[in-house]
Amino acid sequence: MITFDGVTKRYADGTVAVDDLSLEVPTGAITVFVGPSGCGKTTSLRMINRMIDPSQGRILLDGKDVTGVDPATLRRGIGYVIQQAGLFPHRRIVDNIATVPLLLGWDKKKARDRAMELMERVGLDPKLARRYPFQLSGGQQQRVGVARALAADPPVLLMDEPFSAVDPIVRTSLQEELLRLQDELHKTIVFVTHDIDEAVKLGDTVAVLRVGGKLAQIAAPAELLSAPADDFVREFLGRDRGIRRLGFVPSGTLTLEPAPEGVTAQGHGTFNPAKDSLRAALDASLLSPDGLAVAVDDDGRVLGVVGQAALVGAARG
Amino acid sequence: MDEPLVRWDWIARNWDNGGPTSVKVLLENHIVMAFVPVVVGLLIAIPLGLACARYRWLYQPTVGIMNIVYSLPSLALFSILLSVTGLTQTTVIIPLTLFSLAVLIPAVVDGMKSVPDHVRQSAVAMGFQPYKRLMKVELPIAVPVVLAGLRVAAVSSISLVSVGALIGQGGLGYLFIDGWQRQFYTPIVVGIVLVVALALVADFVIIVAQRLLTPWARRSA
Repeated sequence: MITFDGVTKRYADGTVAVDDLSLEVPTGAITVFVGPSGCGKTTSLRMINRMIDPSQGRILLDGKDVTGVDPATLRRGIGYVIQQAGLFPHRRIVDNIATVPLLLGWDKKKARDRAMELMERVGLDPKLARRYPFQLSGGQQQRVGVARALAADPPVLLMDEPFSAVDPIVRTSLQEELLRLQDELHKTIVFVTHDIDEAVKLGDTVAVLRVGGKLAQIAAPAELLSAPADDFVREFLGRDRGIRRLGFVPSGTLTLEPAPEGVTAQGHGTFNPAKDSLRAALDASLLSPDGLAVAVDDDGRVLGVVGQAALVGAARG
Repeated sequence: MDEPLVRWDWIARNWDNGGPTSVKVLLENHIVMAFVPVVVGLLIAIPLGLACARYRWLYQPTVGIMNIVYSLPSLALFSILLSVTGLTQTTVIIPLTLFSLAVLIPAVVDGMKSVPDHVRQSAVAMGFQPYKRLMKVELPIAVPVVLAGLRVAAVSSISLVSVGALIGQGGLGYLFIDGWQRQFYTPIVVGIVLVVALALVADFVIIVAQRLLTPWARRSA
C-alpha cells in the first residue's frame, strides 16, 4: 500500500503543484490519478519514486517513508512507464528490457532470458529482440516500455500517461493488454492520465484532482459516475455519465423471457449475461428492430430475450 | 621551355631522400601535428563540454572565449608561442588544439542536448546513479553529434597545419613555400593532393567509426 499523508509540493517561485494530498493506493489494484493539466497528477506520481521530493507531508510505501530510502535503490524496486516509452535508443530491445535486472547485478544470461520471457508476456514477437527502438512502431515501443518496467518483478508500477501518444486503436489494445496482465500479476499500479474514459476503464479506484493539486474525489468508477462529489467532478466526467455508468452494472441479474417464435441471434443485437454489462445489453436492444436484446451463452446459443422496458427498469437500479 | 605542372621524376627523387624535407617525412610530421590537437582537444572537450551542459551559466562564456580564440589568426598564435616553445611542433600543436576545442566543446554540449528528456527521465526512474547514467546512457547517445563535430575539427586541423611552415613546422606546408620560392609547381601540387587526400581519409575513418559505434542511429538516406 502507498499512503499519501498531507503531501504538499511547493516550488521556489511559490507555485503549488500538489496541495495537502492525503489518499491511499491499495496493494494489488490499479489506482488512477486523473485531472486536467496543472492538477499535479504527474508531480504526485513522481514523488512516489522520489523523482521529486515533497515540501511537506510524507509518502509511505508499505508503512515506510520513501524519503528514508536511497533513491536509486527505491527506484529499482518500482517499475516506471512514461508517455514516449523513454526507451534507450542505443540499446537493443532485449537489453532495454533487461536494464533493471542488470542494474541489480543479475548475470547477463539470466537477465536476457527474463527479458525474452517478458516480451512474450506483453505480446511482442521475440524476433524483435535484436532490433533497436527506432525500428519499432509506437505501440510496440510502448509494450517494450511496459516489459522493461516489469523486468525485475517490482511490486509497484508507476505509469505516466503511457498510452496517450499512440492512436486510438492501438491505445485500446494496450489498455486491454494491461488489464489482462494485471489479472495475472496483481501489481500495485498508479496510473496517471488526463483522459477520464481511460481512468474509468482501467481504474479500480479513480482519484480526480483539480488544478492547484487538490483532491476532488476518490472513488470506484461506478460510484464516481453515479455520485460525483461536486460540479467540477461532474463537468470533468462529461456527457453520457448515465449511460457510461451502466458499463459497470452486470447484465446477469436481468430477468430473461423466452424468445418469441422466429427470434434468433441473427438480425438482433446480442449480449452475454455472463460477461457483458447492462450497457451492452441496452445497446443490443437499440440495435434490434423490435427492441429485443437477445441473450446468448459462450457458444452463441440463445438463452432468452429482454425488452426495453425491463432494461430501463434495471438501469434505474 | 614551358615548365610542366608535375614533374614525376622530382616526386620519385624526393619522396624518400633521407633528408628532413623528403615528402614522406613532411607527411608524417603533418599527420602528427594534425592528429595530436584533435585527440587532445577531444580529451579536454569532453569534461569541459559536460561541465557546460551541466552548469548552463558556464556555456555562454566558454563558447564566447572559444570563438575569440578561433578568430585569432593562427600565425599570430604561432609567433606568440615561439618565445615559449621555440621552433618545435609544440608551437603548432598548441594553437591547433585550441582551435579544435572551439569546435568540439559545442559539439559535446549539443550531443548532451540531443539526449531526449524522456530518455534521461526514464534512466533516472530505472535507478541509474548519475555517473552510471552519464557513461551508459547519456554519452553513448551523444556520440553521433560529437563525431559530427570531430569530422569538422579533423579536417580543419589537417588544413591549418600548413600555416606552420612559416615558422618552419608546417609538415606538407613546406612544399608550398618551397614551390613558391622557386616558381616550381610540382611540390605545390604534391602538397595540395596529399593534404586533400589526408582530409578525405580522416573523414572516411570517422564515418566508418560512426557506423560501427552507433548502429542504432537513424540513417538519414
